[in-house]
This record gives sequence, C-alpha cells and structure tokens, in this order.
Amino acid sequence: MRFGVLALQGDVREHAAAAAAAGAEPVLVRVAEDLDGLDALAIPGGESTTIGKLAERYGLVEPLRTAIESGLPTLGTCAGMIFLAAGTTEARPQVQLGVLDVVVRRNAFGSQVASFEADIDVVGIPDPVRAVFIRAPWIEKVGAGVEVLAEVEGHPVMVREGNIVATSFHPELTGDPRVHTLLLHMRGRA
Amino acid sequence: MEQGTVRVKRGLAEMLKGGVIMDVTTADQARIAEEAGAVAVMALERVPADIRRDGGVARMADPTRVEEIVAAVSIPVMAKARIGHFVEAQILQSLGVDYIDESEVLTPADEAHHIDKWAFTVPFVCGARDLGEALRRIGEGAAMIRTKGEAGTGDVVEAVRHMRAMTEGIRRLATLGHEQLMAAARDLGAPYDLVEEVARTGKLPVVNFAAGGLATPADAALMMQLGCDGVFVGSGIFKSADPAPRARAIVEATTYFNDPQILAKVSRGLGEPMVGIGMDRLADGDRLAKRGW
Repeated sequence: MRFGVLALQGDVREHAAAAAAAGAEPVLVRVAEDLDGLDALAIPGGESTTIGKLAERYGLVEPLRTAIESGLPTLGTCAGMIFLAAGTTEARPQVQLGVLDVVVRRNAFGSQVASFEADIDVVGIPDPVRAVFIRAPWIEKVGAGVEVLAEVEGHPVMVREGNIVATSFHPELTGDPRVHTLLLHMRGRA
Repeated sequence: MEQGTVRVKRGLAEMLKGGVIMDVTTADQARIAEEAGAVAVMALERVPADIRRDGGVARMADPTRVEEIVAAVSIPVMAKARIGHFVEAQILQSLGVDYIDESEVLTPADEAHHIDKWAFTVPFVCGARDLGEALRRIGEGAAMIRTKGEAGTGDVVEAVRHMRAMTEGIRRLATLGHEQLMAAARDLGAPYDLVEEVARTGKLPVVNFAAGGLATPADAALMMQLGCDGVFVGSGIFKSADPAPRARAIVEATTYFNDPQILAKVSRGLGEPMVGIGMDRLADGDRLAKRGW
C-alpha cells in the first residue's frame, strides 16, 4: 500500500512515519505525477495559506481535486482539513480544494497559548484518541453528506465524507497510527 | 485539557517545517510576507541590518506594533525578547504572540543566564552555534532551535558554519559508547539526559531552522540541503530592492530545495539582494552570534 503525503510544507515527516507505522509505504508528493498509483493520501498540518499558494503555483490543485473526487482515501489534519474544505469564515479568500462540504473557522480555539491536548472519543475507534490541537480550526458548518466523528465543546473536530477524513487535531504527532490505519481500510470500499 | 505541554509547544514548530519565517516591522510588511507564502512572521522594531547600522540598545518591539502585526495576518506571529529578559517575555506572552524568540539580535539583558522558558505557556525559539548551546537552550525549555548565523549581514557563511557544527555534533554523539556520554555531556556543557537522547535518536529533540545571513533563494535551498527543517529570513527580504517577489521566490526555493531547475527559475529577475557586509569585514565585537551563554 502506497500512502502519499503532500510534501509542500508542514509536518510531512510525522505523517510519513504514521503511514509507515500503519503498515504502508510513505510516498512524498511534490508534483502532480507523484499522485500516480497511491492507495491513500495525507495532507499534513502546516500553514494552510502556504500550502494553498504552493499547490496553486505548482499546478497541484486540479490533479489533487481529480484524485480525491475519484475516490482516493484522503486524510487532512489541521491545515490539511482547511485545504480540503469548501470555505472558511474569513473575509479573505484562500486556495482550497473544496472537496469536503464543510466551512471551517481557522485558529478557532485562539492563538498558540490556547493550544492544548486532550483525550477525545472518536466514532469508529474503540478507545479514546490523544488529540493535539495546535492553533487549531474547528468546523463551523457541516454539509448534508458529512458525518461528525468527534467534537470538542460542541464543535466538530473530526469528520468523514465518503473517502475523506479530516481532523482539527494532529493524530500524526502522538505515535498512534489508528487514524491512518482507518484510511488504509477505506481503500477498496470507497 | 492540557495547555502549554511540551508536545503542544514543540508541535507548532513541527507545523512550520519546510517553511520560511520572515522578519517584519509593520503590518504592511506582514501582509506582504503572508501573501508570499511565509509560514510565520517575526515582529520586530528594526531588522538586524538596521540594528547593526544604528547601534544603541535593541529591545523588544512596542506592544502596539506587535498587536498591529498580530491583527494583520492569520499566520503565527513571533516576537523577540532580549536574552535573559523574562519580563519582556511575560509582556509578549500576554499580547498573545505564538512564539517568543529569545534573541542575540537584541541587546542581552543578562550576561550569565537565559530565560527559564519552562515557566511560560508560550513556546520559545533560541539561537545556537553548535550542539552544546542548542541542548543548553532545550534544557531551559526552548521548543525550537535556530542556528544563529550572523544576522543582518546577508552573508550565509556563518549559518553554514553553525549548521555544519550542529550536524557534526549530532553525528559524533551517535558514534559514542554509552560509557562515553557523561564525558561528552561535560565537554558540550549540556544536560546529560539530552545528550543521551541525541546519542540514541541521532537527532535533536526539537525542530531546527537556519537563520542569520540568508539573502537569496539559493541560500535557503543550501541550508535545507544541509539538513535544517526550515529557514528564517531577516533583513534579506525587506532590505532588498523588491521584497515581494524575493519573498515568494525564497518560499518556493525552500519547498523545492532539491530541484535545481525550479531553483534556477525562481532565482531569475529578483533585482538587487540586500547589500550586506562580508564576514571578513566584520569586527569581532560586532558579531551578534557571540551573545548567548
């Protein structure tokens, strides 16, 4: 199984390690051709504005959209979730793939001093997940086909829509491969 | 729900990897940096090249200035406090900055001690010239390291020297037997547990960016190929002839640091880089990297 990690900016190394811990071969994606032959894809944490601008300048937006819309199991964490989403609550537009029918609020929990970690319950994962939230977004509006998998203080922080899973937090930072494993199990069923 | 944990502090630095952090002195410059694709901005009163030119005591920026920059962008904002000046750090934390740089670019407030960074919720980045200095700062609670280079010169030679020293120090530890580690800790002037951790893992426990003298896309790519996790660019952008395209080119060079064709493309037509001062012309007393203990 080949688990791609979008490697424009962010915690690429941690996603590659989580993919390997889930039993897959990590593949770094920097240009469109790197998307060929993947079984899953992770869009890492980082700065969503930076990742969006680089994806646009280097011709990755359409190829990513096409691959995800054709069923590639895709995980977006934090900035990755913002990049997958249909919109944000900010006045200024930013480059987004728009493949996940949610609107996100960026930096929703506040600045870095408000960043936190906590054990949260996730639908479909038996034991709690240690979730690290770093200047994290939450989901403000959820579209009809979107299932909420986890919430914090009443705000959705993990969702699934078809072949896409998105988290406000960073499952790649804790050495727990269960979320990445979830993605590999979606292959073939999507 | 736990705030200010080691994982949360170091985690933000992990998110900045592969990115460029740019020095800015105004909200307008911060917007230009964000538009170019910076992963964070460093809010300060004067860029290092001006601090060098003007002389005098360099301090934390005016809180109003910092707040204007925080309000102008959605990316993280860092700000500099003087070495050992824990009250400047308390003020910056209260302003809601995302990272504090305890920086040798400002005039040190304490000639023997750095800030006890464990006492803060906000994470700190600190400069280091070699492994021992990095581990002392991490021992004090730094959640991110940057090699110092020589700020405000536009000469990358010191950044290269410090990055090579760091890598060499790490490689050397990894070759030692367990019984040699206490002597190594003594020689490095570093905490034993961190020396033991680096020897075992073969890497620093925190993210390490390059800084100090980077002025071109090729400089950024050079530092990335030498093994740093990302770059700080200070005077190199807003002291150049045309900041916006240069900022953008440095961002692209940091992502595609291994692709000479892309590097050639983004290096074209950027106008004059900052004028700079060669390290061979810099008097010993003017070297900022010597600050820090």
